[in-house]
Amino acid sequence: MKTESPPTADQPGFELPEPFVNWFASRGWRPRAHQLELLGETASGRSMLLIAPTGAGKTLAGFLPSLTELAARGKHKPGAAGGRSLHTLYISPLKALAVDIERNLDRPVTEMALPVRIETRTGDTPQSKRARQRTNPPDILLTTPEQVSLLIANAHAEQLFKDLRFVIFDELHSLIASKRGHLLALALARLRQLAPGLRTIGLSATVADPAELQRWLVAQSPDSENQAGLIKVEGGASPIITILETSERIPWSGHSARYAIPDLYEAIKDHTTTLVFVNTRSQAELLFQELWRINDDSLPIALHHGSLDAAQRRKVEAAMGRNELRAVVATSTLDLGIDWGDVDLVVHIGAPKGASRLAQRIGRANHRMDEPSRAILTPSNRFEVLECQAAIDANYIGAQDTPAMGPGALDVLAQHVLGMAAAAPFDADDLYREVISASPYRDLDRNRFSKIIDFVATGGYALRSYERYARIRQRADGLWRISNPQVAQQYRLNIGTIVESPMLNVRMVSRKNGRTASRGGPPLGQVEEYFLEALTQGDTFLFSGKILRFEGIRENECLVSKAWDQDPKVPAYAGGKFPLSTYLADKVRGMIADPSSWGALPDQVSDWLRIQKDVSLLPGRDDLLIETFPRAERFFMVLYPFEGRMAHQTLGMLLTRRLERMRARPLGFVASDYSLAVWCLEDMGAMISEGRLDLGQLFDEDMLGDDLDAWLDESWLLKRTFRYCAVISGLIERRHPGKEKTGRQVTVSADLIYDVLRSHEPDHILLQATRADAASGLLDIHRLGAMLKRIKGHIRHRALDRISPLAVPVMLEIGREPVVGEAHETILAEAAEDLLAEARAGN
Amino acid sequence: MQGANAALNQYDGNLGPVTAEFEVNGTAVCCDCAGVMVLPDSGVLVVSDLHLEKGAAFARRGMMLPPYDTAATLARLAALISRYDPRMVISLGDSFHDRVGSQMLPETYREALKELQQGRDWTWIEGNHDPDRPSGLDGAWVRELHLESLVFRHEPVTGSADGEIAGHLHPAARVVRRCKAVRRACFASDGRRLLMPAFGSTTGGLELRHPAMRGLFDRQQLVAHLLGRERIYSVAFHRMNG
Repeated sequence: MKTESPPTADQPGFELPEPFVNWFASRGWRPRAHQLELLGETASGRSMLLIAPTGAGKTLAGFLPSLTELAARGKHKPGAAGGRSLHTLYISPLKALAVDIERNLDRPVTEMALPVRIETRTGDTPQSKRARQRTNPPDILLTTPEQVSLLIANAHAEQLFKDLRFVIFDELHSLIASKRGHLLALALARLRQLAPGLRTIGLSATVADPAELQRWLVAQSPDSENQAGLIKVEGGASPIITILETSERIPWSGHSARYAIPDLYEAIKDHTTTLVFVNTRSQAELLFQELWRINDDSLPIALHHGSLDAAQRRKVEAAMGRNELRAVVATSTLDLGIDWGDVDLVVHIGAPKGASRLAQRIGRANHRMDEPSRAILTPSNRFEVLECQAAIDANYIGAQDTPAMGPGALDVLAQHVLGMAAAAPFDADDLYREVISASPYRDLDRNRFSKIIDFVATGGYALRSYERYARIRQRADGLWRISNPQVAQQYRLNIGTIVESPMLNVRMVSRKNGRTASRGGPPLGQVEEYFLEALTQGDTFLFSGKILRFEGIRENECLVSKAWDQDPKVPAYAGGKFPLSTYLADKVRGMIADPSSWGALPDQVSDWLRIQKDVSLLPGRDDLLIETFPRAERFFMVLYPFEGRMAHQTLGMLLTRRLERMRARPLGFVASDYSLAVWCLEDMGAMISEGRLDLGQLFDEDMLGDDLDAWLDESWLLKRTFRYCAVISGLIERRHPGKEKTGRQVTVSADLIYDVLRSHEPDHILLQATRADAASGLLDIHRLGAMLKRIKGHIRHRALDRISPLAVPVMLEIGREPVVGEAHETILAEAAEDLLAEARAGN
Repeated sequence: MQGANAALNQYDGNLGPVTAEFEVNGTAVCCDCAGVMVLPDSGVLVVSDLHLEKGAAFARRGMMLPPYDTAATLARLAALISRYDPRMVISLGDSFHDRVGSQMLPETYREALKELQQGRDWTWIEGNHDPDRPSGLDGAWVRELHLESLVFRHEPVTGSADGEIAGHLHPAARVVRRCKAVRRACFASDGRRLLMPAFGSTTGGLELRHPAMRGLFDRQQLVAHLLGRERIYSVAFHRMNG
């Protein structure tokens, strides 16, 4: 292992320059050890990763190397020869964070009168300012990953970045495992080409495997593993985390946490400012509504989620900054390090799903390291009580889990290759070497890279009919160039890796005499199209803290009017968006298997487990418990793998296929984060005891072979994944407000393209990319595979004559699951029956 | 409820009807779940919105969609022509996705088309995507065609409903049952006018509730014949939501 060491910088290490010493002193501060260490290490030319808890002065530490260097450099003379170049690039996952940092940096820069110009650049930056930033760049540019990709794909990139000294990545842990991180890694590889001496500084919360981040920050080479240096600041005071104490009955299933509202309201009253975190938008809406229903003191309680209109969100953020709010109900849009004064309590609704996410959210309370944060977890059902307890244990022992970093996605690579062609003609071998210097792509083989170039050029089809329409072409000099300027334009319009699910604007209209006024009402935000699919005019639902009446869809707008109902008719179904993490799942299984640990649980929950132990079995830590029982003329099989909803859904699909073959006549299944229920017409308990159904065979790992392939190709999950890959790779154009197709049309055509491609060229590179994505994403196949291996020889079956206590939660989910694949034809047949019945009656 | 009666006659209780048979303006029509319509009395097969060379049209604009759509569309059409062996085929407009589509058509597809045209009359109706006569292909080329009590044109004309068979709008219907919605391409008819579904392999659909459909049908009489995988599903417009 070696670390990167480009030529040394001209700064001495570990000593702050005088103006900085004075400035710290004037504020009664002393530079912290890690701030000085980072300064020293970067001054000697190293790239560094700084891992520190919130409140440790991480941001200032990240900028000190730049600020001191810029202070020493002195004022830039206007009109100096050679043109200007950026000195420091700061990249944050959230544009709000970039804006926030600009505010925070302003104070030291102004007070020390540093000759430093700092600007932000986000999607909101006006075109004129962006153009100026290219020709006359600031010293420090605060921006987002997408903007960096746009800048390096520009013909001015070389000039703009030639003197770049630092690239600072904030919240690096939250970026690198995603496709967004893949694109950023490729951009960093290009920045290293443009400015060979640049150093990177990664800022991160605690992670399980810092080495992954350390590798990500520096150039990789085929024969050695290079890492950035690491500075780790140990956490301050342990947070005080409790589970909400309640005398109310905790429900068996569901995600509303409605039972907890009165207790929650009391907690808000007892604190200055409370952040209430939930996992989904609809949960946020419901909770907000319920809190206001009992808000007799009219406490200023606000709502914040990604679907709300941007202006509305800004208003909440500003009020929060002025400490005018007592509570904000929020989704993950507030997850990342925005520094908001006086929050003294964080409430988390539902299970935290991953311990890292929980730690991050709790970090929001009390942004001072030496005071413990205070947090209350509010489970919304009984399994979540177990999960919350496991999360509390995990937080105390500092356990963290971030998703493992998989190999770099191919659709992202395709996008990047087109961008690089837009910037300047490239040599394929040179670009290949550059790409594999990015850690996610270090194992990419040359052949695949060629396939990607081919894909970018003509779609990469075996039927080579698009040569004359190629977007990029290899010319006589061997370099690849874009065929015409429109290609670069097209690239710029389609950049990024975030593909929104189709969204419709929600617009309020008035309703007079039962007729809907056409236009003109205020926009309330955006709602996922799939949510509206099943609504009919007159249905009421919660949005933006109001109960709204659905009036219809007009083009890409969802028209709504005021509703006077007390309760929305359409329940806001709010299943967990994130799956239970492997780490927490293991903790939960361990807790259930060990009655001596139940003392920490509320009585109603430990009683529930005790009864389970009496009437059936407790699932062991490494076992798989399977229960079979009859109920309402059907026979149920309930299993408890605790591997998360996605893995369970995949398992459910595969199990029903196998049960079909074993003649158990399966009818359906439903999956939760914890368990899975399958129901059949045949008595599976009897089949098992008579030896007609072999459980070892049923759960054999070979189900991940042919059964999976056969099912996968038909699956809507794969179609959805394909749509994302097609948009990111540039096969299908992204939609643009007012200009391009609506999301609905993109959905339709992506599905049709998928069908055509699958039947004619099943090994196409984009289909390979799709399958790889689905396997690690929506299907969670890796996890399912690990589970099948784990339970081999550890299956425990219990035949019961009735439902067991542990089975109740998942049984209550039956009927709430969304419609999938095969059911479509059944629904149509049912509808066609109506017409026949009508016709028969008419005859 | 002519459509329903015909469907009822076909209904075998198991698979369900492959076709829906009813009358439009007094002429018997038979709608196949594969997306074509046949006039049993005159041996005419009607297909609409083939959108051939759609992939190539997109590729010309820099989006490299799979180049297999034309082959897939022609293969499906060939199977239906061989099943019904019609005396005449009417391609109801938008046969090619863009103006140059027929001109740049790869030779293999041109040959395949010519083979389908062998031994039968072929009429291309002008569409908005292909306002010119298909180049290098046989067949009559007209703006509209009158046959029996029917008139065939690409875009429906508001008002003049009697016997109009049109395409253009790519009709689709959304059926909701038990809070679940399913959307499929469909034939749409109120007995006076009929809209054909788009046949092309990569063509999308437009719901019957869309403003573009306004004024075309007597909604009390309107029945959507949805294309299922192996059968046709006939659902009355006023029963779409249950």
